[in-house]
Amino acid sequence: MGTRRGLEVSIAAAEAVAMADVDVVAAYPITPQTHIVEHLAELVNNGELDAEFIPVESEHSALSVCIGASAAGARTFTCTSAQGLALMNEIVYIASSMRLPIVMILANRSLSAPLSIWNDHTDAMSVRDTGWIQVFTQNGQEVFDHVFFAYRVAEDPKVSCPVMLHMDGFIVTHVIEPVEFWDKEQVKQYLPPFKPLFRLDPDVPVTMGAFAMPHLYTEAKVAQDIALRDSMPVILSAWDEMEKVVGRRYHPIETYHTDDSEILFVVQGSFAETLQMAVDELRAKGEAVGSMMLRLWRPFPFEEFRTHTKGKKLIVIDRAISFGGQGGPLAIELRSALYGVDKAPPIMDYICGLASRDVTVEDFMKMYEMAKSRFFRSITQEGFEFYGARSLG
Amino acid sequence: MKQRYLREVGMNSTKEFLAWQELDVGNVVVNPGNSREYKTGDWRSQRPVWDFEKCILCGMCYAFCPDAAVKERADGYYEADYFYCKGCGICAEECPKKAITMVEEG
Repeated sequence: MGTRRGLEVSIAAAEAVAMADVDVVAAYPITPQTHIVEHLAELVNNGELDAEFIPVESEHSALSVCIGASAAGARTFTCTSAQGLALMNEIVYIASSMRLPIVMILANRSLSAPLSIWNDHTDAMSVRDTGWIQVFTQNGQEVFDHVFFAYRVAEDPKVSCPVMLHMDGFIVTHVIEPVEFWDKEQVKQYLPPFKPLFRLDPDVPVTMGAFAMPHLYTEAKVAQDIALRDSMPVILSAWDEMEKVVGRRYHPIETYHTDDSEILFVVQGSFAETLQMAVDELRAKGEAVGSMMLRLWRPFPFEEFRTHTKGKKLIVIDRAISFGGQGGPLAIELRSALYGVDKAPPIMDYICGLASRDVTVEDFMKMYEMAKSRFFRSITQEGFEFYGARSLG
Repeated sequence: MKQRYLREVGMNSTKEFLAWQELDVGNVVVNPGNSREYKTGDWRSQRPVWDFEKCILCGMCYAFCPDAAVKERADGYYEADYFYCKGCGICAEECPKKAITMVEEG
């Protein structure tokens, strides 16, 4: 059994990365990811972690270093937020297209302008289509557990894709909470050593990341898409195995009172725990309501989602905007996933919690009442609203 | 290996290109050094032709060729390797004796 420690989640995440015995860390500090990088730098500097910590001049270089290191056969880690991810963007595609099992923690933050260091999912949504396996977490324990999960899945020879872990900036990164640490035996049992499919080796030379003619590019992308979809059984078995090793059970979609509900909230990240309290209060008043936390963002768990939402009405909470589009990116995705489904659930989308603006239990209850009394009666394809935004009209 | 590479880059004449299942993970090229097998001479619209009467063996064409497609012959003269020469014309431009003429490809 691991020991429970009370500490800041960023520190716990860095400790997990160290326990995963990474070989190379390359990152550039940016709020709210900073404490993770700082703590890893400390561990390396103090001789507690036998790894190369490569301080770089930008996020673009951070992920480029990880690509080189991963290609050479090293277990690599990077983390960033918002503007840093945007600067890194070009390389985010290259890491996944080269199928390098890099692990990145994204401490989710708003993108400028106006300049904001606070939390929402704008950065996460900007890399939706980059070919990384993407997992959302809602608290420190989930972040800690999923560091080992991320390496196990990424490095599985049947997968060989990078994994991105999303954790809400400040709301999760800077909170001090109890985290049950794994012991060394558990890590060893769960996470095998990294055995790359190919590596840069002067004795057995290969070329990585080469040019391809248009004749080949489409097939290269099909192979990448199939690989990402085919990671699903490995992801599920990694969660099965984690339950055996540490006793915690994770799912592509975490459900709370879904079966006997009529209206279901769908959220991602740290909203989920507050929302459960709102669900409890509403249910105490006799409302048939439940909630879902969409943990696995890519590959998208279509079957689970359609099964859980059958015959329900959905209130989707988006922490990002698709300007000029159909509301928030999450709602757009879910509407698309339900297109053509017989009696597809209506979706009301609320965009809120931008730049860490508080969304309380009362807010969720208010959204529930609004959706129930107004919107589900006259829902349109583009049904969404900026919840809590001040307006003169 | 050679045939496989030619299929990868789509340059073979049989048009039997690789299917997605046949690609190595991440499109790693496992037979290194195979760029030699890539016929960039296909790109050429003009070819450089040497007039050995004017040539003074200075080697400027050899030195300036960006693709190392100018070869030195056993007798000391230079000529293009048309398998690789893309017909850029830099050799003709740099030749101090105007001994190289760019001729339209048929």
